[in-house]
Amino acid sequence: MSVNYIPRRFTVVRDKELCINCGCCVRQCSNECHCFADDRKTVISHSADCVACHRCVDLCPTGALRIEKYVCDYRENANWTPQYQQEICRQAQTGGVLLSGMGTPKDYPVYWDKILLNASQVTNPSIDPLREPMEIRTILGRKPEKLTVEKKGKSTVEMPPQVILETPIMFSAMSFGSISLNAQKSLAMAAKELGTLFNIGEGGLHPDLQPFTDRSIVQVASGRFGVHSDYLNNSKIVEIKIGQGAKPGIGGHLPGEKVSVEVSNARMIPEGSDAISPAPHHDIYSIEDLRQLIWAIKQATNNKKPVCVKIAAVHNVAAIVSGCARAGADIVAIDGFRGGTGAAPTRIRDNVGIPIELALASADQRLRDEGTRSQISLVAAGSFRCSADIVKAIALGADACYCASAPLIAMGCHMCATCNTGKCNWGIATQRPELTKRLNPDIMYKRVVNLITAWNHEIKEIMGGMGINSVDSLRGNRLMLRGIGLSEKELEILGIKHAGE
Amino acid sequence: MKRIYAIEELCLNCRLCEVHCKTAHSLSKDVFKANKYEEPTPESRVTVYGNNFASAALNCRHCDDPKCVKACITGAMTKDKTTGIVYVNENKCIGCMTCLAVCPYGCIKQGKAAVKCDLCRNENEPACVKNCPNHALIYVDKGGEEK
Amino acid sequence: MLKEGQVRIPSGCAIAAIIDRKGGMINGSEIIKSIALMHDRSNGLGGGFAAYGIYPEHRDEYAFHIFYENAQAHQNCEEFLFKHFNIDVAERIPTKKVDSISNGPDIWRYFGRVNRVRMKNSRLDESEYVVQCVTKVNAAYDGAYIFSSGKNIGCFKAVGYPEDVGEFYMLDRYNAYLWTAHGRFPTNTPGWWGGAHPFNILDWSIVHNGEISSYDTNRRYIEQFGYKCTMQTDTEVITYLFDHLIRHHNLPVNVAADVLTAPEWAEIDRMDSDKKEYFTNLRAIYSGALVNGPFSVILGSNKGLLAINDRLKLRSLTAATKGSRAYFASEESAIRIICPDPEKLWSVSGAEPVFVPLELNEEEDV
Repeated sequence: MSVNYIPRRFTVVRDKELCINCGCCVRQCSNECHCFADDRKTVISHSADCVACHRCVDLCPTGALRIEKYVCDYRENANWTPQYQQEICRQAQTGGVLLSGMGTPKDYPVYWDKILLNASQVTNPSIDPLREPMEIRTILGRKPEKLTVEKKGKSTVEMPPQVILETPIMFSAMSFGSISLNAQKSLAMAAKELGTLFNIGEGGLHPDLQPFTDRSIVQVASGRFGVHSDYLNNSKIVEIKIGQGAKPGIGGHLPGEKVSVEVSNARMIPEGSDAISPAPHHDIYSIEDLRQLIWAIKQATNNKKPVCVKIAAVHNVAAIVSGCARAGADIVAIDGFRGGTGAAPTRIRDNVGIPIELALASADQRLRDEGTRSQISLVAAGSFRCSADIVKAIALGADACYCASAPLIAMGCHMCATCNTGKCNWGIATQRPELTKRLNPDIMYKRVVNLITAWNHEIKEIMGGMGINSVDSLRGNRLMLRGIGLSEKELEILGIKHAGE
Repeated sequence: MKRIYAIEELCLNCRLCEVHCKTAHSLSKDVFKANKYEEPTPESRVTVYGNNFASAALNCRHCDDPKCVKACITGAMTKDKTTGIVYVNENKCIGCMTCLAVCPYGCIKQGKAAVKCDLCRNENEPACVKNCPNHALIYVDKGGEEK
Repeated sequence: MLKEGQVRIPSGCAIAAIIDRKGGMINGSEIIKSIALMHDRSNGLGGGFAAYGIYPEHRDEYAFHIFYENAQAHQNCEEFLFKHFNIDVAERIPTKKVDSISNGPDIWRYFGRVNRVRMKNSRLDESEYVVQCVTKVNAAYDGAYIFSSGKNIGCFKAVGYPEDVGEFYMLDRYNAYLWTAHGRFPTNTPGWWGGAHPFNILDWSIVHNGEISSYDTNRRYIEQFGYKCTMQTDTEVITYLFDHLIRHHNLPVNVAADVLTAPEWAEIDRMDSDKKEYFTNLRAIYSGALVNGPFSVILGSNKGLLAINDRLKLRSLTAATKGSRAYFASEESAIRIICPDPEKLWSVSGAEPVFVPLELNEEEDV
C-alpha cells in the first residue's frame, strides 16, 4: 500500500568496472540484496533490505561494492524528523511495538568523552610498563571486614569465595538464543585464554560450553531457563539478572520458531514453545525476596560461588545497589542505558534508564558513605568502547567492567543494529545454521584475545603514566579524572573536578 | 605429504577460493584482469559444490597411487617424486581427457589441456587456502594414504 | 592561594629519624644536625619534628599542641577542650625568635585526661574519643589546629627550614628516645604551619617523602571508616591508614606495613602456600589501602619505629644501626654526620619494611 511507503535506508553501489560477477555477494547476503540477472552471469543489486552490515563489502574480492546512505529528503522539521515519521508509518501498518537491536544510537551525552585522565610530571615519576611490573589482576567477591593473622605471613581469616581475574574486563551476558553458539564459544575460549570470565546469559548452558564452565558466569533470570544444580555448581559466579541496561523493567520473549532442539535443550523448555522471561522475577517483589533467592543460591552451591546481582541503571540506582549489597550480594553489576541487547522495544531502549558513568559514580559513593564499598565488588556495564573508558570506569569506582559490543565487533559485528531479525550475516545474532557457521570460533576467539590483550596493554600504559603500578590504586581514584565541559551538578555527581582545577 | 582438506562445517559457499585459484593460475596474477579480461579465461582448479546450507570446496587429492597418471597416454600427467604433487605437462597433453574419466573425485576439468590443482607449486600455501575467509580449507600433512 | 585542606597539596621532602631501642635519651640537637644537612631537599615552606618521651612528668596525660590563628579560635577551642578533657596545664610553648620564621600563629600546649563522663556518654573507647575530638576541632573550629595529641610525645613544626624550626622551638632543651624530622618541599602551597610535618594523631606520627599516586583511592577508602582527610596531604592519609589498621583492625605493625607496600602478584604467585594465602587475602581485603607511587615513610609510635619504602623503590631511604640506636634518613650523609661509623648501613628496599621495636617499653612504664 502506497501510504505505507518507507524509504530504504541504504543503497548498494556496485562498481561495474571492478565487479567480476563472482557472485560471492549473492551467496553471502541473508537479506537478499544481490542476485544474478536473467543471463545468470551478471550480478546486480537492489538495495531495499540492505542494513549496511558490510558483509558483501568485506568479502568482495575486488572491492567493487560500497554502501551509501540513501537520502530521500523530507520537508525539514526538527521536531517531526524522518525517523519519527517512518516509525509512525511502520506502527500504523503493523499495530505493534517497535523492536531494535544493540544499544541506543541516540545522541545522549557520553560522559567518558567528557572526562580526561591525568599523568605524572616531575613531582612523581611515570612508570614504564615495559620495564616495571604493572598489575591489572582483579579479585571479585565479598571481602571480610578485616584481616586476621596469627602472625605476619599467616592469615587466619576465613575468606568467602573469591574470583581472580587477570584483567578487569569481563564479557557480559549474551544468551544462547540471542547469539549463536559459535559466538558464545569464541567468548568462552577467549575468556579462558585471558584469565577472565564470560557470562552465558539467561539461555541455559549448551553442552558444548561444558569445558569452559570454570570461566563462566551463569545467570538466574526471571525465566529461570536451564537452571539446575550442576548449572550453578559448575560456574565461577552465579548472577541474578534483575534488569538489563537496554531495557530496564522489561522481560524477554524468544519466539517459539527460534526455539530449536538445541535451544530447547539448553533452556529446558519444549521445542517450539515461546521462551518468555517475565519482567520481574515472580519470586522477587521486594528486597527481602532478593535476599531469600541469594541465600537459596548460596545453599545450592554450598557457599562456594559468589552471587552477583545485575541491575539496570535507573534513577534510584545508588539506593538499589546498596540494598542489593545488604541483601547479601557479593558482587553488584550495574548496566547503563547505552548497553546492548539482542532485541528491545525501541522506545524503552531509547528512553529508559541513566548513563553508567553517573550510576556508577553515585553507587560507588553511596557504598562508601555506608562504609561497605570495600566489602563488595562493583561491576560496570553498558558500552565500553575502548581501554580509556575502562580506565575511567575503574577510577570512578568499578572493580571490573563488562564488555559485549566490543568483542562482538572484533568478531565481525558492524553495528547494523538488526540483531532482532535473526538474519545476522556475521553469524553472531542468529541461529540459522547457514549463517552461524560463518563464525569460526578458532579464528574469532583469537581476535577477541587480541582485542583484550591490546586493551590490557593500553590500560597498563595509562596507569604507568599516572605513576600507578597496580589497578588497586586506580580503583576509585577520582583525582585522576577531570571533567571537560560539564556542569557543576554533573561534576558533583561524578565526584570529579573540572579540568584546570 | 601436505594436502588441502575442506571442512564442510566451515565452508560459507562464498567461492572466493575459486576466484583466487583462477587468479593464481592466470598470466597476469591480477584479480581483475584474470577474472575479467584475460583470454583464454583461466580455469579454477577448485570447485565448491553445494549451497549455503552445505557446501565444500573440492580439489585434487594428489593420490599416492594416482589413477590419472596411470591412465595418461602421453605421459603428460606425472606425480612429482619429491613433492608428491600430481600435475599436467601442458606441452605433452593432447586433451584426450582419459584422466578426467578415471579420476575418482571428479577433480579434473576439461580444457585444451587437462586442468587440475597443482597446489600452486611454488607457493608455501595454495591460493585457495590462503584466501579462505573462514579457514574452511586447510593445508596440512595428516599422513596416511588418501584412497 | 588555597592552603592545605582546601586543595590537595603534593610535596617532596627530606626525612630523618633516630631511635634508641633501649630507651636511652637523645638530645634534639642531634636530629637537627642530621636534617640540616639535607637543607637542599626542602624549600623553607615547612619543617618539623616529633619527639617521644619528652614529657615524662605528664606521661599519663594527653599532650595537645595547638596553633591558634586568632583569639576567637583560641577561646572557642579552649572551651571545647575544657569541656571534653580535664586539663591540668595550659601554657604557651616556649619559642625563640628566629629571623627566618615569622607570621606564626599563637602556639599552645595542654596536658590533660579525658572527661570520663563525656567519654562514657559518647560510648567510645578512649582513643576513639580523643581522635574524634581532635578531628572535630580540626574540621570545625576555624583558626584552631591541634597538631599533636599523644601521650608523652610532642610534635613541633612550622613554616621554615627544619633547622630553623628546631632552633625556634629550642629543641636542644628536649631529650627523647625517638626523634623524627622532616624538611618540606611542597610544590604549590603558600606554606601553612598546620601543613608542615610530622603529622600526628595519638601516639602515631608520620614523616613522609614522596607523592603518592594512589592518594584518592586511599582517601576514599579510609573515609569509609569515619576519617576525614581535612588536610588533603599524603602524610595525613598514610597516618590514618596505619591508625585504622592497627587500632581498629588490631593488625601488628609489620602486617599493617605489608598492607601499604604489598608485594607484587608475580612475587606472591611464587611464594609458599601460607604466605601466598596471607598476601592474597591481604591484597584482596585491603586493595584500597595499597599505597602507590614514590614514597618513603617513617612512622613513629610508642612501640617503636617503622620505615617503609614504595614497591618500586622510587624514593631514597637509608638505614643504619650502631649499638642500641638506629638511624634513618633520605640521604646517607645525613646519618654519617651524626654517626660517622655505623655498624650496619643499608638502603631500605621497597616492599620490605624495617621495624625497630622499642625494647624497654614495659620497664619504662613501671
